[in-house]
Amino acid sequence: MAELDLDKLSMDPAAQEMIKKAAAEGVETIWDRAEKMKPCPIGAEGACCRICAQGPCRVPPPKKKAGEEGAEEKKQRTGLCGATAETIVARNFARMVAAGTAAHSDHSRGVAKLFKEVALGKAEGYQIKDVAKLRRVARDWDVAISEGEGDDAKSRPKEVIALELAEKVLKEFGQQEGEINYVKRAPKKRQEIWRKQGVVPRGIDIEVVELMHRTHMGVDQDYHNIMKQSTRCALADGWAGSMISTDLQDILFGCPVPIASEINLGVLKEDHVNIIIHGHEPLLPELIAAVVQEPEIIQYAQNKGAKGIQLAGMCCSANEILMRHGIPVAGNYLHQELAIITGALDALVVDVQCIMESLANVAKCYHTKLITTDTRARITGETVHIPFDEHHGLDVARQVVREAIDNFPNRRAPVMIPSVSAPMVVGFSYETIQYLLGGSIRGSYYTLNDNIINGRVRGVAGVVGCNNCRTTQDSAHLTMIKELLKNDVIVLSTGCAAMAAGKYGLLTPESAAQYCGPGLAEVCETVGIPPVLHMGACVDNSRILMAATACVKAGGLGTDISDLPAAGAAPEWMSEKAIAIGQYFVASGVYTVFGVTFPSTGSEIFTDYLFKGIEEEYGGKWDFEADPLVAAQKMIAHIDLKRKALGIDKARERVLFDMAMRRELEAAAGEEA
Amino acid sequence: MSKIIISAAIRGAHKIVNKCAAKLDEAIAKHGENQDIGFPNTAYYLPIIYSLMGVKIEKLKDAVPVMKRCKALLPPVPAEKHHLPYLGPGLDAGLATLFAEEIFEAIRYVEDPNFYAGGEEVYSKGATNFWTGAAEDTIFRKRGIEFVDGSAPGFAAIVGSAPSVQEAVDLVTEYQKKNLYIFCAAKDIEGKTSVCEQLLEGGVQIGWPTRIVPYGPDISAAVFALGFANRAAMAFGGVKPGAALKMLIYNKDRIFAFVNALSTISDEWYANAAGCINWGFPTITNQDIPQVLPTGICTYEHVVSNVPMAELGQKSIEVRGLKVTVTEIDIPVNFGAAFEGERVRKDDLFLECGGGKTQALEWVTSKRMDEVEDGKIEVIGKDIPDLPDGGRLPLGVVVEVAGRNFQADFEPILERQIHHLVNYAQGIMHIGQRDIAWYRIGKAAVEKGFTLKHIGTILHAKFHQDFGAIFDKVQVKIYTDADKVKEITDVARHVYHERDARVEGMTDETTEIYYSCTLCQSFAPNHVCVVSPERTGLCGAYNWMDCKASFEINPTGPNQPIQKGETLDEKYGNWKGVNDFVFKASRQAVASYNFYSLIYDPMTTCGCCECISAVLPMCNGIMTVNRDYTGETPCGMKFTTLAGVIGGGQTTPGFVGHSKYNVCQRKFILGDGGLLRVVWMSKNLKEELRERLIKRGEELGIPDLIDRIADESVGVTEDEILAFLTEKNHPALGMDPIIG
Repeated sequence: MAELDLDKLSMDPAAQEMIKKAAAEGVETIWDRAEKMKPCPIGAEGACCRICAQGPCRVPPPKKKAGEEGAEEKKQRTGLCGATAETIVARNFARMVAAGTAAHSDHSRGVAKLFKEVALGKAEGYQIKDVAKLRRVARDWDVAISEGEGDDAKSRPKEVIALELAEKVLKEFGQQEGEINYVKRAPKKRQEIWRKQGVVPRGIDIEVVELMHRTHMGVDQDYHNIMKQSTRCALADGWAGSMISTDLQDILFGCPVPIASEINLGVLKEDHVNIIIHGHEPLLPELIAAVVQEPEIIQYAQNKGAKGIQLAGMCCSANEILMRHGIPVAGNYLHQELAIITGALDALVVDVQCIMESLANVAKCYHTKLITTDTRARITGETVHIPFDEHHGLDVARQVVREAIDNFPNRRAPVMIPSVSAPMVVGFSYETIQYLLGGSIRGSYYTLNDNIINGRVRGVAGVVGCNNCRTTQDSAHLTMIKELLKNDVIVLSTGCAAMAAGKYGLLTPESAAQYCGPGLAEVCETVGIPPVLHMGACVDNSRILMAATACVKAGGLGTDISDLPAAGAAPEWMSEKAIAIGQYFVASGVYTVFGVTFPSTGSEIFTDYLFKGIEEEYGGKWDFEADPLVAAQKMIAHIDLKRKALGIDKARERVLFDMAMRRELEAAAGEEA
Repeated sequence: MSKIIISAAIRGAHKIVNKCAAKLDEAIAKHGENQDIGFPNTAYYLPIIYSLMGVKIEKLKDAVPVMKRCKALLPPVPAEKHHLPYLGPGLDAGLATLFAEEIFEAIRYVEDPNFYAGGEEVYSKGATNFWTGAAEDTIFRKRGIEFVDGSAPGFAAIVGSAPSVQEAVDLVTEYQKKNLYIFCAAKDIEGKTSVCEQLLEGGVQIGWPTRIVPYGPDISAAVFALGFANRAAMAFGGVKPGAALKMLIYNKDRIFAFVNALSTISDEWYANAAGCINWGFPTITNQDIPQVLPTGICTYEHVVSNVPMAELGQKSIEVRGLKVTVTEIDIPVNFGAAFEGERVRKDDLFLECGGGKTQALEWVTSKRMDEVEDGKIEVIGKDIPDLPDGGRLPLGVVVEVAGRNFQADFEPILERQIHHLVNYAQGIMHIGQRDIAWYRIGKAAVEKGFTLKHIGTILHAKFHQDFGAIFDKVQVKIYTDADKVKEITDVARHVYHERDARVEGMTDETTEIYYSCTLCQSFAPNHVCVVSPERTGLCGAYNWMDCKASFEINPTGPNQPIQKGETLDEKYGNWKGVNDFVFKASRQAVASYNFYSLIYDPMTTCGCCECISAVLPMCNGIMTVNRDYTGETPCGMKFTTLAGVIGGGQTTPGFVGHSKYNVCQRKFILGDGGLLRVVWMSKNLKEELRERLIKRGEELGIPDLIDRIADESVGVTEDEILAFLTEKNHPALGMDPIIG
């Protein structure tokens, strides 16, 4: 094994420690493979077409040789069918959007199906926990929350509301025409833009299917038209699939409120049965979180010689149970192999998405059981498959936990848990943020807007996304976030990006004074919040859409999301979901910068459209910047542009009101959000 | 450091809610859960709870769920390290505090009914039982109007005691000069003294008429100030009980109040201050505490501290975002609306003019430009320096005005200002008008150098300031010579009579231009008054002529001319031009209203109306009640409840708000049958209107109409008065059915 430069691999000391341990023990990790295999340069640019058997056709952009400047530009190659680079790149890009949308939406469908079973009382162990959110969501789906008129009106039972809601929601996946329901949640102006562009999704599945069809050999061969359907598909992710899953999960498991917890491998306990839940869907993890507290189960663990059971999470399954129960997090995406390498992990319980196949191999090197729980996601070499069944969820959960406990006595020396963990405060659903900004009655995003207008907060950035082994783990996240904070830009975060922030203390309220410019620090201090708000799993990027919409609706910052002094980024992205998310943010009006690599550079024309032309249509655009510091500066520059357009780039005058001015006040100003 | 402040507020909220909850349990144990509770003479129950939660607390048991809610609202105190966010929870803790305190104060009214003096007394040095407690609706409505029309731009809520008596006096006097109300609660935490006690000690009169309101000695009396603000929003702003967000935003945008904490701030005070933040009312203090400067819940900063006492007043109004213009008049005493309500008592009296003891009169008259020397003030006869021992003098205040834009019709308008303008001078008391004017000048004012000549100084300065657009020059002659005063009185009486006749002669039919009045839109954004010659403004303050003058003075102001346009309904008084204007100015809330009907689309009211008329279906007539009558009425509602029903700028068929004067105007509800429909009127109103009622009775062919109208001595139910009406053969009984 080659000598590893640990600082280049990860900036996380816990990761470094485990990578060293793996090397010493001869266990191969993702970093070893990354060293051995470089990314395919043509594939990285999106310039390889392999959608028919006449290819694969490779159409890399012609390389300019030194000294040839000014010589006649060499024409870019086309595929055998004549497909241009822009068509090929666009198709590849579109298929990433389709895959990402499919991932979120299939997750969402699962939640909706469970939701219906819960409403029918057929899902043991589940209940409708958040009735207030049920009622709010029901209203948005035109499901009546009360029966009768006037004084006779009485609330409908929650199960009845939920069942009607479930049926309406489930229909949306297969809906063939019309508009997805949540389009109406967007600012009015945004809806008009989508309608004008013809990109309002009709349903969810239809948009994925159509996009796959249109990128089949010999169908849609106009990059602009392909992107139109990509946009429609991406919007079906952000404003339907993802948003539905966030809403229904909140109703079932509780809308997150602030809660304290801890992150990093140090949360594992040597003398406890350690179970890590990894993946994306909270359905089973919710029950596991309940089951590990059952006295019989704890007793069972103690009988096996453990002091107790330590449940922790990884990736977005972790985020789900972290946000709602404060269950500690063992790490983000690149920690998955490392957790096993501690030698202290008794079971790694996985569901779907971002689970590396190599886990099976690493698990074999230790005593860890790799337990797959989703019939859609089997892994060759898994220790055991215990399929989740919503009708017997508690039994499945108990079986999973018992598997882990049974494995505790099998630990082999040497166990080494890095004593690295960081405290964090999480749980910032968009509803909770609203509450925190003024309490039960006055809570409103206007409080944030007002401080954006007065310049204490320069703008808002969403920093989201994954870890990517091709760049130093967490480093881009941290560099970008710190630069934003220093410039008074508040950061909303989800997924593995939020975990990265957490590992270095940025999710504590105390970090505001340390990292923020004076204005943002003062606002964080006033509200008592960390400067980086952890809003949930990657499916919960829908919460950021809702928060942005709430900012628009609270007033003072324009009339559309594209007017906000805001920007988005995924500096360490790697999954196709990130591209789907990026596209729905761009189409919702947000300037979105990706790091590491960008899958469209194989076509200058197409890239130019994504980075410039698309802005004229949607008010948002893509950008790529590998240097996270420069990327942050680009985001800040964009924020400043928006501030200027809003006329809030200058210090605000203190307006003193006399009676005549009070008479002029609009009757309805700022009322009843 | 917000954390320090909010942690203290949350601790304080726990203490207060626990204390109040224990008090409630104890009260229920002692008096039973069916014991009535509430603040005196109000239709708004416990107004904070009623306005924000929509809950009517009438009995002790009604408070139980509210107290439960208070406990649920209480967050834990933020942890030392890695605490959870606290702003939202902290503000909720503040709300819980105020709800709990309101219940606490209501229980106090049961257990210690004499704890608060109530009423509108003025208290001077040496007074003891001066804490007022909750304002009754009569006080609230009267004073609330000053907030609505802008004569009081806001209030300062002061808690604790100032570092010294002089600093208390200086701060409060500054606020008085800025026309603010000063609402006081809580002695300092040592329990030694309070600003109110310091003011009395410093010789400053306190009590509602002085705008300095000693609500109570405990911090919980803060609820009286906030309850006052919320009642204003319900009564004038049309904010519905339970519309919590709307209520608080209304307060933030329209009621310019702030808190001054002047001595050591306890956890309990922090809790109350946190509550006030919900209203958008910031705290500004001389104390050394952390600041909360970011904006958002309040318009500007939330907590500003370490402000030296001398700068506190200025800083406070700046932080609240309030613009006030202070009138600097070159006289040796303070001047401002807040000094209007002081009394000059017999023992303090130096000079008295009028009041039945001597003749006194006021007269504004127009002259040619060359006859007036602007600013010239003459005292013809003796002035105060000529009277070493004081005493009595006759008095004639003659104001001579000239200017190209001046019209004789404006004379009475200026003349009517004299009453309050003179009253604005500290230590001078003025009652009456025209030839029944009555001046009392106190010893304190004379000691400071006040002379009669200063009356001229005041009128010259204020007339220019407020009415400068309608005249160019003004001079004042002050006569104290008995013969001269008599001579002028004769001339003036002749003029008064001519004026009255001229105004009486104006009719709606012959007038094409009416005037709007949207003065109250700062509080009631959907309400528009339209004033015609025969329907004076419902607040009693503006007749058609006043509006016309106001328009001339300020062409873009709240009084705009309206071409009444096509007559759509002659009987009910409905005009196209008026409707178009109202629709627009009410922000599309009201499309049309009638001038002469209370049955069909009656005119709206902001809630400031002097009187309310309501249909009495059984008696086939209507009743009219005025604001000062606090008793029951035959329609089943007291005035304040009625005003709550119809206020806020909505059309309420069957009810109409109007001025007292309007009752005897010829068009009064003419579409519904006119004055002959009036079957019940509160006695005090009947007496006030006696002369004019008799005159109108004669015109209508029923000279004893006044005696056929029932009042509360006959009864306060329709059943009770119907017999009386039948016996008296009241004309309404023979009229067409009033509803049909």
